[in-house]
Amino acid sequence: MKRIILLGSLVLGVCGFGHAQISSKIVKTGEKPTIAVPDFRGAGDSQKFMGAFNSTLFNDLQGSGQLKMIAKTLYPVQVPQQPSDFRQGGPSFADWSGPPPNANYLAFGYTATQNNQIVLYGWLFDVRQSNPSSAQLIGKIYLGSLDEAGARKVAQEFAADILKQFGATSLIGTRIYFVSDRSGHKEIWSMNYDGSDQKQFTNYGSITTFPAVSSDGTKIAFTTYPVLASSRNANSAQFSKQAQNLGQPQIYVHSLETGRKLVYYNQQASMNAASDFLPDSRHLLIYSTANGGFSQIYETDLDGADLHRITHSASLEVEPKVNPKTGQDMVFVSGRGGTPQVYRMSIDGTDVSRLTTGEGDAVNPAWNPDGQHIAFSWTRGFEPGNFNIFVMDVASRDVVQLTHGSGRNENPSWAPDGVHLVFSSKRGRNTQLYTMLADGSQVQQLTTQGNNEKPVWSKSTQQ
Amino acid sequence: MRDSSRLHASKLGAVTFVALLLFAVGCAKKAPPPPPPPPPAPATTAPPSTAAPVIASFTAEPSTIEPGQASTLRWSISGATDMTIDHGVGAVQSQGMRQVFPRTSTSYALTARGPGGMDSRSVTVTVSTAPPPPPPSVPHLSSADLLQQQAQDAYFDYDMSEIRGDGRDALTRDAALLKQIFQQDPNFSVVVEGHCDERGSAEYNLALGDRRATAAKDFLVQLGVPADRLKTISYGKERPQCTEASEDCWQKNRRAHLSAGQ
Repeated sequence: MKRIILLGSLVLGVCGFGHAQISSKIVKTGEKPTIAVPDFRGAGDSQKFMGAFNSTLFNDLQGSGQLKMIAKTLYPVQVPQQPSDFRQGGPSFADWSGPPPNANYLAFGYTATQNNQIVLYGWLFDVRQSNPSSAQLIGKIYLGSLDEAGARKVAQEFAADILKQFGATSLIGTRIYFVSDRSGHKEIWSMNYDGSDQKQFTNYGSITTFPAVSSDGTKIAFTTYPVLASSRNANSAQFSKQAQNLGQPQIYVHSLETGRKLVYYNQQASMNAASDFLPDSRHLLIYSTANGGFSQIYETDLDGADLHRITHSASLEVEPKVNPKTGQDMVFVSGRGGTPQVYRMSIDGTDVSRLTTGEGDAVNPAWNPDGQHIAFSWTRGFEPGNFNIFVMDVASRDVVQLTHGSGRNENPSWAPDGVHLVFSSKRGRNTQLYTMLADGSQVQQLTTQGNNEKPVWSKSTQQ
Repeated sequence: MRDSSRLHASKLGAVTFVALLLFAVGCAKKAPPPPPPPPPAPATTAPPSTAAPVIASFTAEPSTIEPGQASTLRWSISGATDMTIDHGVGAVQSQGMRQVFPRTSTSYALTARGPGGMDSRSVTVTVSTAPPPPPPSVPHLSSADLLQQQAQDAYFDYDMSEIRGDGRDALTRDAALLKQIFQQDPNFSVVVEGHCDERGSAEYNLALGDRRATAAKDFLVQLGVPADRLKTISYGKERPQCTEASEDCWQKNRRAHLSAGQ
């Protein structure tokens, strides 16, 4: 009995240590630069849109998770609008770098109207510097249409430049591809990182799921049950979903530039499912029953040719995800040890090792862009089906749990910044998509219509 | 006609001749007076009060009927005071008829009682037990209907694709059904669907449903169902037939299901 308790506390201790370590590694808790972002004012007509501008700028910087935003209530009364305001008797760096704000950085500027456009003059200063000439990090002019959309656009561009200063990737312009049944069938949809501009991408009218986007952002692969001719010709309104005559699941590849379907040769198999693109955007990892037995992992060219079998097991092998940093190893889900668990192996199928403990079901692995961490869904400590999102440091296998019993949480996918995750969660009647920081904070709901699942965050800003 | 009347006349002539002859003999010989005639013989027909009942006839016409048709019982009795027919017909008169509608073959017993004794007779009405005429030789159920109405699902344990005992029973009956269907409908094909409950991941369930469909197909093929008529498809957890979060419901969704193919 004593030994069990001792062992238990040891495990808890290790977990606790792992938690802090991973969180600080990914989200940089405690050591974030502090920034003050006072409200900008607009000259002339541009002032009408400054509400939208200021909230967009503040939220984009705060939402990055890379900066510590200083509350506006702590700001000094005198707010600079341009660098020349820092002079004797005016605002000083010390007003911002000292208490109460204790800022490291200050973003300031103003907007004006010019040739019926909104013009933003934006600066970022390191207010800890003694010499104003060495304090300036950004001083730039941004142009947009003279309306609310234009005001948001210049705010987003300025925020992206600020984030770049801190080594953070802006999520502005990135798209999230996902599966939604809001049209009556599961189809691929896409939206902005913040849930705006939701658009239907496919219209196959059956079951379309498991999207994967190439790292260059030009192609998307997914899995569809083709509607067979006999039921397509019938009056579709009279056909219930159950009566539809569907073919076996197949891999489809589409261009994201034209939207068109590209040629992909599917293996003669009871199932073919797309899983991931290799970093070169020219090869696919799939799982298929092309061998005639259990689902196994294969690599193919973009058109399905040059099939290479990677696993050779008498168990289910699914969800291969290649390390985006190295391109030389992958994580995947295997039933070889009993319940599905996350494993890792080299790209040629050698050096297989199990990453998860063997408890419960561990599925949906997703690489962080750093190639060192994965997020995954795990039922550890819960009933079958009650998944939560975890992050693992692959080298040490330390894990941290990000969601805690808020419904069923699945399919994490990392944002290009390596700090945000998008995932699906069933917290009410329907499954919806949420984003959060990799420490589990700043949870935001992105979707509300129908059921939404299988998000994948495109690593490219190309739309 | 003319011949027979002549014959009649000659017969009459002969009788007259014999009588005259006898008379002539008697006259010629003076004999003692004849003894008195013997007493009359006891009457062969007893008085009603003492005679035994007699059933002269008891018939059923027709004696063989279809279910729901009638047969007529007829009887004729003498010398009885109490006459009954069983099977619900009851008391009857000495002469009569009655329609009966037996559902199964029935022997009707007629019992006649009187002071002089009793008599009984029975008659059997046979009800034809031949089965109803067969349905028209053209099957009025399409193969797809037959499959939908009679095929049974094979159920699986959580995360498993092995055929259980109850699944073997279901698939054994399905194999017989499929062979019958393929015999009458050589162009028909069947899809073996694999389904999973909602708890596992969609990706893993796609592969697991594929195993369940394949396991069911392999079992059917072992029982002689032609493999080239069977196609498998895994729906993973995309087409649940029950959507509650309960073990009852999950069990219903962990199944191999047969549906009509192309």
